[in-house]
Amino acid sequence: MHIPDGFLATPVWATLDAAALPALWLVARRAQNGLDDARIPRLGVMGAFVFAAQMIDFPVAAGTTAHLVGGALLAFTLGPFAASAVMAAILAVQALVFQDGGILAFGANAINMAILGVLAGYAPMHFLGSGRWRRAAVFSGGLLSVLVSAAMALAELRLSGVPSKILAPSLALFAIAALLEGAITLGVVEALEGIQPGFLRKSPQRSSFALGAAGLAAILLATVGVQFASAGPDGIERIANQAGVAYRAASAGSGWTAKALAGFAGLAAVYGICVVAARAARRRSA
Amino acid sequence: MHHAVVERWSRGTSALHRRDPRAKIAVLLVYLIVLATAHRNFALIGVVLLLLVLAGFLVARLPVSRALARAAVVLPFSLAFAAALWLVGDPYRGLTLVTKAWLSALAVLLVIATTPLPLLVHGLESAGAPRFLLTIAQFLYRYLFVIAEETAHITKAAASRGATMRGLLGRRARFRAAAGALGVLFARSYGRAEDVHRAMLSRGFSGKLETLGTLRFRTADAGFLAVTSALLVGVRAL
Amino acid sequence: MNPLVDVRGLEYTYEDGSHALRGVDFQLDPGETVALLGPNGSGKTTFVLHLNGLLKGEGQVRVCGLEVTTGNLAVIRRKVGLVFQDSDNQLFMPTVLEDVAFGLLNLGISPEQAAVRAQSALENVGMALAAQRAPYHLSAGEKKRVALAGVLAMDPELLVFDEPTTFLDPPGQRALAALLTQLPQAKILVTHDANFALAVCSRAVFFQEGRVAGAGPVEEVISQFEWSFRSPAPSAVR
Repeated sequence: MHIPDGFLATPVWATLDAAALPALWLVARRAQNGLDDARIPRLGVMGAFVFAAQMIDFPVAAGTTAHLVGGALLAFTLGPFAASAVMAAILAVQALVFQDGGILAFGANAINMAILGVLAGYAPMHFLGSGRWRRAAVFSGGLLSVLVSAAMALAELRLSGVPSKILAPSLALFAIAALLEGAITLGVVEALEGIQPGFLRKSPQRSSFALGAAGLAAILLATVGVQFASAGPDGIERIANQAGVAYRAASAGSGWTAKALAGFAGLAAVYGICVVAARAARRRSA
Repeated sequence: MHHAVVERWSRGTSALHRRDPRAKIAVLLVYLIVLATAHRNFALIGVVLLLLVLAGFLVARLPVSRALARAAVVLPFSLAFAAALWLVGDPYRGLTLVTKAWLSALAVLLVIATTPLPLLVHGLESAGAPRFLLTIAQFLYRYLFVIAEETAHITKAAASRGATMRGLLGRRARFRAAAGALGVLFARSYGRAEDVHRAMLSRGFSGKLETLGTLRFRTADAGFLAVTSALLVGVRAL
Repeated sequence: MNPLVDVRGLEYTYEDGSHALRGVDFQLDPGETVALLGPNGSGKTTFVLHLNGLLKGEGQVRVCGLEVTTGNLAVIRRKVGLVFQDSDNQLFMPTVLEDVAFGLLNLGISPEQAAVRAQSALENVGMALAAQRAPYHLSAGEKKRVALAGVLAMDPELLVFDEPTTFLDPPGQRALAALLTQLPQAKILVTHDANFALAVCSRAVFFQEGRVAGAGPVEEVISQFEWSFRSPAPSAVR
């Protein structure tokens, strides 16, 4: 899911870098929560845990294995903002130290995995979290976090001119990976509850409506992204024309504005929903 | 290649090692942008950029072939992608993709191999990246190998459980064992984090992490930045 | 002469309800070296965590002439140096020098001064050359010495060691013992290693189920409680 440098078209990675900057700053501030640096050691160590955990192989079928990605697990145990911060740190270390994921593409990867993926993973917990739906919430959180990240990545590749014939099979693979993430996340959560019952319930999370809404928005955006990714060139032109944006076929350098606009539009939609939801939440609690 | 090797490389003393990390970060960004936006004359530009990076490794007195091999870690994924692109009839795109991915990885590797990570983080911070996230990344890096070792121990134990059971039951048992291993690892990591916090408190930690060094941007750094950037922009204009 | 450590009637119960300390009395004079012996779970580590305020129980705890209260913690944590069992959790900074300087920076010392003092503390434990290295790559013995340097740099009056010989091989144990016997500060050693206790400490205190069950010269305590591998088959320890 980590997109290397060289895969995305310039308007796409540039837009996402620009969008990721304020998003990461916001995440950093909210995760710190005015508590100085006291949280840093725990977040760093848990980030190392997820990093290392990604190396544990879970048997799937016929000799294939899957591994945990971890966004949803972090969201459940640390809260969504802290989870985003940790995922961002993981991505940074992966990109710089292990050259896994590009530098210019960092904004895209951060938005896909650290922000939208975590939000989508958190949303089920917010809406279904307690009581008998808990296991379903955990499972679907894992599933959605991978699905949303993957859908976004594929949409960005499509937007960069990669033919959908290549992307469609990837989507199928990602769907399977998403199911596995759900299963693995649930497995780990249950193992944790066995070791320390009530652990998850103890973690204080300020579950806000705005966050849940943002999670839904992320899922929505990803659904659009999936359609986009799997649509043929005609389909894209139709969608673009309907949105009133002139679209040109992907040849180097042209269609700059169109692609940038498309990218911006998507992200603006997410931000817009977040703002509206936040205002609605404030009115509720007022 | 183990990361310990790259860490050792980063402690060298060449002219490139001694440059301010901010200058190196800026040059890296220029390089990556030149590479990303190159379309016309891509073959020529690619060759020149490769030569520039190789020159960098030579100046840094680092083993070139090992660096090339290390950067090749991006190749499997990119080559698979390129193969797929070739199958749908766009081999040129696939080729440019692989080249760009590999050259980018090389450039990043050069920076990492000539800048100790703490210094790089200082540079990023003074360039405006959020300190909170960067410090998390530093702690993450510090405990990554410690926890990776622990993981290896735990998985060896877990792997033996259900190893002889076949079919679905066997897979289920191994799945459970792996999930259990992760659960234990999670709990241990959480406990380790608390120990670290206690150790910090014991030496007077009162909420803010202080650091030792301040970076000093020298004339040599400015010169390096100006010359290399100009060179790169010139390459782009080819 | 006032005792350096004066604990009377210390009681402590953990969150999960376990009654870890049931009225402990303990005194230590300046310059003394005492070993805390006893079975796992007898309260030795819980006890020492009260000496720098990491835990707060009921009863009196006076250290270096001060009552251990929230207001005094900053001073007490400078005067009491705690060396933890797992050095990895104590060396949490990216480089050795930064770690040793950590406590100094928290005391408000300038970065330049802190770097100088940290370097000299490293020299005192024989680790001056490791200043720029990442803690992960050090051996267990080297890590222990760096952890000690980080504590010594703060100029403490009391040193507390929690199981210092865990992870150390015999040469490492000998080196640590030699280092400790040269240090003038008062020392408390929580240890399972009877030989190490004999080499470094003048007296011992035996913990059992949250209480002090015996005290005296090290050999006497060891033989009284049959606390050595070479003891005859142990009768029930009352």
